[in-house]
Amino acid sequence: MDYRSPLAKVRGLGSAKAGTSHWWMQRVTAVALIPLSFWLIIFLNLSLNAPYQQTVEWLASPLNTLGMVAWVLAVFYHAALGLQVVIEDYIAAEGIKIVAVWTVNLSFLLLALAALIAVFRILLIG
Amino acid sequence: MAKNNNRPISPHLQVYKLPLTGIISITHRLTGVLLSAGLIFVVYILYAVAGGSNTYTAMQAFTSLWLVQLIYWGFIYALFFHLCHGVRHLIWDAGKSFDRDTLNRYAIIELGASLVLTLITKIFV
Repeated sequence: MDYRSPLAKVRGLGSAKAGTSHWWMQRVTAVALIPLSFWLIIFLNLSLNAPYQQTVEWLASPLNTLGMVAWVLAVFYHAALGLQVVIEDYIAAEGIKIVAVWTVNLSFLLLALAALIAVFRILLIG
Repeated sequence: MAKNNNRPISPHLQVYKLPLTGIISITHRLTGVLLSAGLIFVVYILYAVAGGSNTYTAMQAFTSLWLVQLIYWGFIYALFFHLCHGVRHLIWDAGKSFDRDTLNRYAIIELGASLVLTLITKIFV
């Protein structure tokens, strides 16, 4: 006698594993990044050209802090999702593939945390 | 089971001339990978700002080198191209505009729009 429902039996099987969530989050972060890239470009332009105090004050204003933090969260997630697809397309060996995907995922998680810590340190200055 | 060597295969990249849409498609992937690498550069800039006015000045001295400027504006163009083609992907996801004429027309529009956006950034931001 098997008490498992038909849904429970098939969940997690198939080549898509977690189903459409990877694909969907790639799109959601992509849409979020359309307006958020605005903050990146302003920030880069200020950092490369403006006096120190001006850059710090810009980042310390609440709206710009929000924009940069949201950009960091969205962009590192989006990059990790995208690189995962590239790795899965070009690396056939299952073992190397898993190691490569998780090396990228954890590296981008660390980079995101490093970016957030830097933003908060700038806030303490400004 | 006998191995069938006569199965249809994908076109070999060495002998197959990619159409414009194909070039755009692989460029989208390429710019995605390069932009991801560029994020390390953004983290470096954030730490240069967090480190105080001395590290900030040193960073600006480095980024004002012409080679760094060239890479920087390449990064900005890559960003806008990836953004424009990304919007194209969202239109495809909605199930629209798959016919050949539209594909080629949009490809030209994307390349032009990303160039215009880069110039706007250079002039006005």
